[in-house]
Amino acid sequence: MMEKHFSGRPASPGMALGPLVALAPEAGTRAASGAVDIEAQALRAALATALRDLRELIDQSPGETADILGFQVALLEDDVLAEPAFAAIVEGRAAHDAWCEAMEAEAAGYEASDDEYFRARAADLRDIRDRVLGALAGSDPVADVPPGAIVAAVDLAPSRFLTIDWSGGGGLALTEGSATSHVAMLARSRGVPAIVGLGVDLAELVGHALVDAHRGVLILNPSPDARRQFERDLRSASAARARADVAALRPAVTLDGTPIRILLNIADPAELKGLDPAICEGIGLVRTELLFHDRQGLPDEEQQYAVYRRIAEWAQDRPVTIRTLDAGGDKPIPGVTLATESNPFLGVRGLRLSFARPDVFRTQLRALARAAVHGDVKIMLPMVSLPRELAVARAMLDEEVAALLSAGVPARRTSLGIMVEVPAAAIAADQFDADFFSIGSNDLTQYVAAAGRDVEAVADLADPIQPAMLRLLRYVVEVARAQRIEASLCGDAGGDPRAIPLLLATGLRCLSMAPALVGSAKLAVAAVDLRTLPELAPWP
Amino acid sequence: MPNTSLTASAMLTNDVGLHARPSVKLTQLAKRFGARIEFALDAAGPWVDAKSPVKVMRFKAAKGETLHFRANGPDAAVALAAILALVEGGFAINGEVASQQPDG
Repeated sequence: MMEKHFSGRPASPGMALGPLVALAPEAGTRAASGAVDIEAQALRAALATALRDLRELIDQSPGETADILGFQVALLEDDVLAEPAFAAIVEGRAAHDAWCEAMEAEAAGYEASDDEYFRARAADLRDIRDRVLGALAGSDPVADVPPGAIVAAVDLAPSRFLTIDWSGGGGLALTEGSATSHVAMLARSRGVPAIVGLGVDLAELVGHALVDAHRGVLILNPSPDARRQFERDLRSASAARARADVAALRPAVTLDGTPIRILLNIADPAELKGLDPAICEGIGLVRTELLFHDRQGLPDEEQQYAVYRRIAEWAQDRPVTIRTLDAGGDKPIPGVTLATESNPFLGVRGLRLSFARPDVFRTQLRALARAAVHGDVKIMLPMVSLPRELAVARAMLDEEVAALLSAGVPARRTSLGIMVEVPAAAIAADQFDADFFSIGSNDLTQYVAAAGRDVEAVADLADPIQPAMLRLLRYVVEVARAQRIEASLCGDAGGDPRAIPLLLATGLRCLSMAPALVGSAKLAVAAVDLRTLPELAPWP
Repeated sequence: MPNTSLTASAMLTNDVGLHARPSVKLTQLAKRFGARIEFALDAAGPWVDAKSPVKVMRFKAAKGETLHFRANGPDAAVALAAILALVEGGFAINGEVASQQPDG
């Protein structure tokens, strides 16, 4: 077979060679066949599957739930519901897009109602939409991924990435996707080599492949020469890996003897399995979005408490900073985020969404305050723009803690800090009465540079160590010093050996990163001499 | 519609209007008849198929509105009588609390 090269963008460094396993496109990314009859048939089959599943669910549900589902069944049974979707398919739309648009239009009709009851029915329509999309995506493909395989897909949902067993190696090749997506973040965290944006038809990715995620090249059916080169590269890469693994267990100290605190970013407690807490001084960022995915409804207080407590106990006495739900932007959550925003990155996301859904927010605050009894748990608020947002959140936390304590439930009013990721918060950092700052350099960069993290074409503008960013970081660090609070950085730049010298030059002494990057980051720290760092342009 | 249609109307009295459960009950009842049955909020129309829950729900009819029906077919009279009984009886669920949506 002919060797073929495809270029993409490196999303998680490393190299892998193995058999390709193409995952059927999933909800949100189902590849269109381009043929009207195939698309129509796919939608018809998905509607039938969704209806069958829903009827089964009703049989197992208590009365009230069955009633709600009964309404959904009635809508799904009604051919009128999918009529606009089939009409759009005839005009050339893909089944997935046609269905989403039709359901969005239907939901918008409900959302426009003056009556709260009818507005709430939009959630039923989205539920129906997602159920049919799930059916469109087909059955569970996870079982088909053997250890060491190169997983090929158009894009991959974070939850799906986490269900694959990567312990036997392997790699990820996405024909679309972005290096700043959640799945790329998880790949880096797990040390799974990944390339995104290959721009090739998924159907072409058959056979064996070599993933060179340092250069961003996928070699299909590599020749014996290419395989030998891969073996050599792998040996030097694994030697570097071995050096990093050794370094990971040592403290991070610069050449001139300045200790740097290294913390971990995690999104799922499963990431901590097999990880030695000794590699870090704590967890600087626990993302909680994944907890809110792939469940029947949102996680309740008990479910959240159990997860937070597990993480706190893993960390022993080390600090664990848990971020409240940061949905919205590029992280939609069915039933929580608003589906109709034209520019979700500037819309109701992060803390703004928590204020729009106080019931969800207060539940999370209670679970966090209870987990804080079992370790040094801190609460971090995402997407804060103004000081009064922090004040409102603090008042809500105080109320929930007081309510828990008066009900005899053990809880602790732990420290409450903010993500510094909105330029407004960075520029006026001295106006915030926060217990700590954590600089979210990914979002801060995109907002400062006006270059979206989901737009590959402007990726080079979204440079986290450009002058404007370094100036802001230096200011935030100075404010933190004056207020005697900790400032850390938890964006991707924190684990990037090329960015680390400049980050330390801003005065930062605490970096939070994916577990797989700790070793190489500590090596990068060890090479920095703070006495000879370049002078940064000051805040004017 | 041919001139042989029968028409009837009734006021919606249940608290939350023609919401999910009443809509489902109404359309299920309508489907038991062979007659073509249509529904409107105004005697002048627009008229929609009373057997389609999607269309009936789209009206988002509130308490106090008058529901208009017209039927055409051999069992049209029986169908209208049954539907009026359902609406005037408050869909047999008046006084019930509208079911709370689960979180999310």
